[in-house]
Amino acid sequence: MSSELMIEMKNVHKWFGELHVLNDINLEINKGEKIVICGPSGSGKSTLIRCINRLEEHQRGNIIVEGTELTNDSRSIERIRGEVGMVFQQFNLFPHLSILDNCSLAPIWVRKLPKAEAKEKAMEYLKRVQIDDQAHKYPAQLSGGQQQRAAIARALCMEPRIMLFDEPTSALDPEMIKEVLDVMVGLAQGGMTMIVVTHEMGFAKEVADSIIFMDEGQIVEAKNPKDFFDNPESERTKTFLSQIL
Amino acid sequence: MRAANKEFGPPVIELGAMGWLRKNLFSNWYNSLLTIFGLYLLYILIPPLVNWIFLDANFVGSTRDDCTNEGACWIFIQQNIKLIFYGLYPTEELWRINFVYLILFISGVYLLIPNLKYKGWVGAFLLIIFPIICVVMLSGGLGLEAVETRLWGGLFLTLVIAGVGIVLSLPIGVMLALGRRSKLPVVSILCTIFIEIWRGVPLITVLFMASNMFPLFMPEGVNFDKLIRALIGVMFFSAAYLAEVVRGGLQAMPKGQYEASQAVGLTYWRMMALVILPQSLKMVIPAIIGSFIAIFKDTTLVLVIGLFDFLGIIQFVGTNPDWLGFSHEGYVFAAAVFWVFCYAMSWYSQRLEKKLDTGR
Repeated sequence: MSSELMIEMKNVHKWFGELHVLNDINLEINKGEKIVICGPSGSGKSTLIRCINRLEEHQRGNIIVEGTELTNDSRSIERIRGEVGMVFQQFNLFPHLSILDNCSLAPIWVRKLPKAEAKEKAMEYLKRVQIDDQAHKYPAQLSGGQQQRAAIARALCMEPRIMLFDEPTSALDPEMIKEVLDVMVGLAQGGMTMIVVTHEMGFAKEVADSIIFMDEGQIVEAKNPKDFFDNPESERTKTFLSQIL
Repeated sequence: MRAANKEFGPPVIELGAMGWLRKNLFSNWYNSLLTIFGLYLLYILIPPLVNWIFLDANFVGSTRDDCTNEGACWIFIQQNIKLIFYGLYPTEELWRINFVYLILFISGVYLLIPNLKYKGWVGAFLLIIFPIICVVMLSGGLGLEAVETRLWGGLFLTLVIAGVGIVLSLPIGVMLALGRRSKLPVVSILCTIFIEIWRGVPLITVLFMASNMFPLFMPEGVNFDKLIRALIGVMFFSAAYLAEVVRGGLQAMPKGQYEASQAVGLTYWRMMALVILPQSLKMVIPAIIGSFIAIFKDTTLVLVIGLFDFLGIIQFVGTNPDWLGFSHEGYVFAAAVFWVFCYAMSWYSQRLEKKLDTGR
């Protein structure tokens, strides 16, 4: 696989008021790479990926996604959001729309696909996450795991080149975590560029090209999974690992 | 096993009418007392009312002298029905109003029947073409004789004011609500000022301003129709209230809905139109309909600027020397008609809520 640069973050800083949530983040992610970000709560890991599609605004430094620099220019934001799909902890499906409409909404209104084509494509992706039989139900009628898979399908319908996952399994009952992780593993094997904030270390071991440990807004450690688990350098990482493993 | 299940099954509930009565009306001594008191109240109120309205009432005749029975004199309403429904609108032109009613009725029924095709087109027709038809048919033009709005009155005028006020105030209210929550300070401040000024003023004042003060600010010779001025007043007044109702709905939306819309690339207006407003308007349907009902009843205030709405004209015909002393009949009739319209809106709102419910 060629090493085409997909995401570049250079000296990125962000503050919430006085709180320095992102402190000098430098990150390069190539096409097809899978990055897992972990760290204690409040360490800035969600904020980091939310900066990539401008759900949060970074205040200093540069974020370049597929050659487009993220600025206040709404065109740059729109272009990047078109390339980047996101999956949330709380699913955030649109409760007033059926699963199928959830998936075809953005392709119809943003990509301007004809309705029939958008729905056809939505069914295709719903089949891929194995809930095509639920397509005509409303989100509230689905289990948590099914909702999260629908949310993944919704993001995939925009045919993004990068997928962001913000703690996708944290709000799920234990027996539903696997069905969601299976979908994510399948996606990873398909070559998608992925950034995943998660504490599912099994998933990280299996899928990640590199694991990033964050604390207090900084990247403390970034390594391939084997080194990350076997020889963590910093004390902070060691403590964290001992607590979650 | 079966026997055991029976023994440990749910407690036996007393069934039948007696069970219901005991549970709901006579569960303890003060409940029983209230029930008996309530029945007594109904006993002293209902029979005289039924007698007055129906049993002892006068239905046939043409003058007050035909009202010989004890009860209500509905001949008073019958004889003045044209005034009460249409005001002073020329008799030979009444078909124009009825024609508009007919179109409205047919399209309304069409929209209420479930699962029909082309509902979108019928809705678009009602919102875009129907108003044009109304203006032409009602005020004249295209070969139809002009009918000045000072001749408009009665229930017809009430429906015009309430209809225009309701239909136009909702989109304006939505825009004001979005504006008030805007990130642009100028937009937000202007919308807030607009909303608070209209909400801070009684409707009577608004109507007086529209009728008496507004012409003073206009250059000599420029003369807006009084009805149009009243319409604009009612519309903005209602829009200001609706804006706050809608804003309540917007504030109840979880942040995740905004984020998910942005993440899939929807722009601000699409996000609002496709994701946020459908949900937040649905949440505040009861309050919106409440506002509509209030504005429908508030149209009676246009009497103070010399427009004879439904209630106004009933009061007016009550002062006709031929019909002095029948104001009770007039008010009861007015109340019944108002109730029918308001209850219809209320019924529709419940229906809409059920239909749009997709769970949370």
